[in-house]
Amino acid sequence: MSTPIKNTLLFAIVFGLTIGVGYVQGWNVALGIFNMGLISAIMALGVNMQWGYAGLFNIGVMGFVALGGLAAVLVGMDPVPEAWAAGGLRVLLGLAIGAASIVGAVMLWARVPSGWLRAVVLIAWLIVAFILYRAVFDPAVEAIEAVNPAGTGFLGGLGLPVILAWPVGGVAAAGAAWLIGKTALGLRSDYLAIATLGIAEIIIAVMKNEDWLSRGVKNVVGIPRPVPYEIDLQNDPDFVARMVGWGYDPVVASAIYVKLLYAALFIVVLLVLIWLSEKALNSPWGRMMRAIRDNEVAASAMGKNVTKRHLQIFVLGSAVCGLAGAMMTTLDGQLTPGTYQPLRFTFLVWVMVIVGGSGNNFGAVLGGFLIWFLWVQVEPLGLLIMDAVTSGMADGSWLKGHLQESAAHMRLFTMGLVLVLVLRFSPRGLIPER
Amino acid sequence: MEFLNALVAFSNFVLIPATAYGAQLALGALGVTLIFGILRFSNFAHGDTMAFGTMATILFTWWLQSKGVSLGPLPTALLALPVGIAVTALLLLGTDKLIYAFYREQRAKPVVLVIVSMGVMFMMNGLVRFIIGPDDQRFADGERFIIRASEFKDMTGLDEGLAIKTTQGITIVTAVIVVALLFWFLNRTRTGKSMRAYSDNEDLALLSGINPERVVMITWIIVAALATVAGVLYGLDKSFKPFTYFQLLLPIFASAIVGGLGSPLGAIVGGFVIAFSEIFVTYAWKKVLVYLMPAPLEPDGLVQLLSTDYKLAVSFMILVIVLLFRPTGIFAGKSS
Repeated sequence: MSTPIKNTLLFAIVFGLTIGVGYVQGWNVALGIFNMGLISAIMALGVNMQWGYAGLFNIGVMGFVALGGLAAVLVGMDPVPEAWAAGGLRVLLGLAIGAASIVGAVMLWARVPSGWLRAVVLIAWLIVAFILYRAVFDPAVEAIEAVNPAGTGFLGGLGLPVILAWPVGGVAAAGAAWLIGKTALGLRSDYLAIATLGIAEIIIAVMKNEDWLSRGVKNVVGIPRPVPYEIDLQNDPDFVARMVGWGYDPVVASAIYVKLLYAALFIVVLLVLIWLSEKALNSPWGRMMRAIRDNEVAASAMGKNVTKRHLQIFVLGSAVCGLAGAMMTTLDGQLTPGTYQPLRFTFLVWVMVIVGGSGNNFGAVLGGFLIWFLWVQVEPLGLLIMDAVTSGMADGSWLKGHLQESAAHMRLFTMGLVLVLVLRFSPRGLIPER
Repeated sequence: MEFLNALVAFSNFVLIPATAYGAQLALGALGVTLIFGILRFSNFAHGDTMAFGTMATILFTWWLQSKGVSLGPLPTALLALPVGIAVTALLLLGTDKLIYAFYREQRAKPVVLVIVSMGVMFMMNGLVRFIIGPDDQRFADGERFIIRASEFKDMTGLDEGLAIKTTQGITIVTAVIVVALLFWFLNRTRTGKSMRAYSDNEDLALLSGINPERVVMITWIIVAALATVAGVLYGLDKSFKPFTYFQLLLPIFASAIVGGLGSPLGAIVGGFVIAFSEIFVTYAWKKVLVYLMPAPLEPDGLVQLLSTDYKLAVSFMILVIVLLFRPTGIFAGKSS
């Protein structure tokens, strides 16, 4: 079978599965899976750039996705004027002092000749700066969080159209990636992995605890949408009349209509990204990246700046993950920092890339759809299997109850199994690199 | 008197908890560092191995408790520990045979093994949640305290109390025994020496007739013991929850890297460095400073450098600082 036919067939199978879900579990569920599949595909594209093109081992995907989500809040939500009045400028001043103290410390380190004098000066500088920072920052945060804590208690956002948050999320993630890359990219791959794992946890910790910024674990709900609300559609006589005319229930139809609009937006983004990444991968730049990945020494002997190229691709890939994160938060309509877990947002994306085929953009996209489908559907499947297994057991027996209750945890095991099997028997993935 | 009070408060809230936590991290980091030294990859499944070992021990503890067996003042889990270690060792040997051995024969790049260990991590995590569920489990029994705060106050007449939990005492004693055994094994026995030789120079070790499969097998068994002991001690001291164990991965790796990957001594030092800095930075120092400062200078706030929620950030910052200034760790470890 020739490669294009095989690939088309693979995609057809995955979409066929989703359509099958539409017939069995309803189109609303199927479209829900499809929309998250689109977002997963974009995340997988981002990770594929880093790992597939350049061999960078980034397991901090969760952090970049969360930064994108934060961008959706900071761009899309309306500002809270009372909170700004209470301490908005003071918080910004506090942050500026914090940044200045770090820059100052780096400059001191560079200027003062090494020795005990430098250590003393540096420590004194950091202590003074830290006390000053806390003196400005803490009361401001307290003032902001005291403003209607049950409803707002944070600064809010800029009140701009939420679509703008998508590129902003990408830029935010890119900025964070640049900072991390500057410090960690010279290190060997395991160290980069641990460093990115750590930074992702820190980003989540900040979002959980800095209530003035993201409301922390109180969550931000009601982020404005780029598409109409279901309830408005149901109250719109034109829409109801048209749907009834076509023979659909207006309530179900409104939900599907909204999901279709989201799907259209996401498809546009995904197609643009695929087009750009294919162009990049098949350009001299893409060949250079793969050359660096395959042999860093040879590439640098040819005059390629390995560290700079690594930084470049690290920033680009992270930006794509940030974009996907902003899109996901827009789709959810809420930011819930407590739900960001590395298994779901970092390692699952890795499974997508490896299973789909690292180094191949279409492979990553296929992996995104396929693994997301499995992730969602393994749970009901697990329940079915468990029902079958336990059908012979007496009702109310301890083992039966336990097995049925635990079926929900099958998905983690299944993902691991899929990853291990693919790595063993088809290490280049479903659609291998050309 | 004031000074003594400060010292007691310091020991109670910083010194003792940090030592216990450091011992737990050190045991975890020893496992990571051994796998890195012998099998030459960073094992991301280590946190979940700890969770699995702890789970096996908990299940056996419950069985013992249901039979009415107990160790009196000591937790029953200590009695169940050998069984937990045995079950975990079987699991690790099984995963090695089914999964890792293939890549060893292929001489795959370390990063491939790291990704494979990610898959194993998923599977172990799923397995643990499948068997025992994702919730908190408490399994500590026996006497809760060696010294209670009120008893200490009565004994000494100080204002500050010193409480030492049984689990903290057990953690420290067990860790000392385990580490002593490990170092005796690595430095004094024939098998231990062959392991070190294999870690230092694989080709030379093979040339001198060391059986690599045997070395690998023994490594997994030792790792199972270390991971289970670390996990059980952590679970006794705090509580057992699969997700928390997964999150321990970061401080454990930070400890191993800070100490120097592949160096057992480094792993121990690294564990204590990370534990002490985490608690130093997130402890509210007001309680100690109140006794040391003259009244007008007494602090108003909590004098807490960072809120406890940023514990992970501390291990990470230490890691970055060490990597920037001394990339191979405190005790120059391996770099592959």
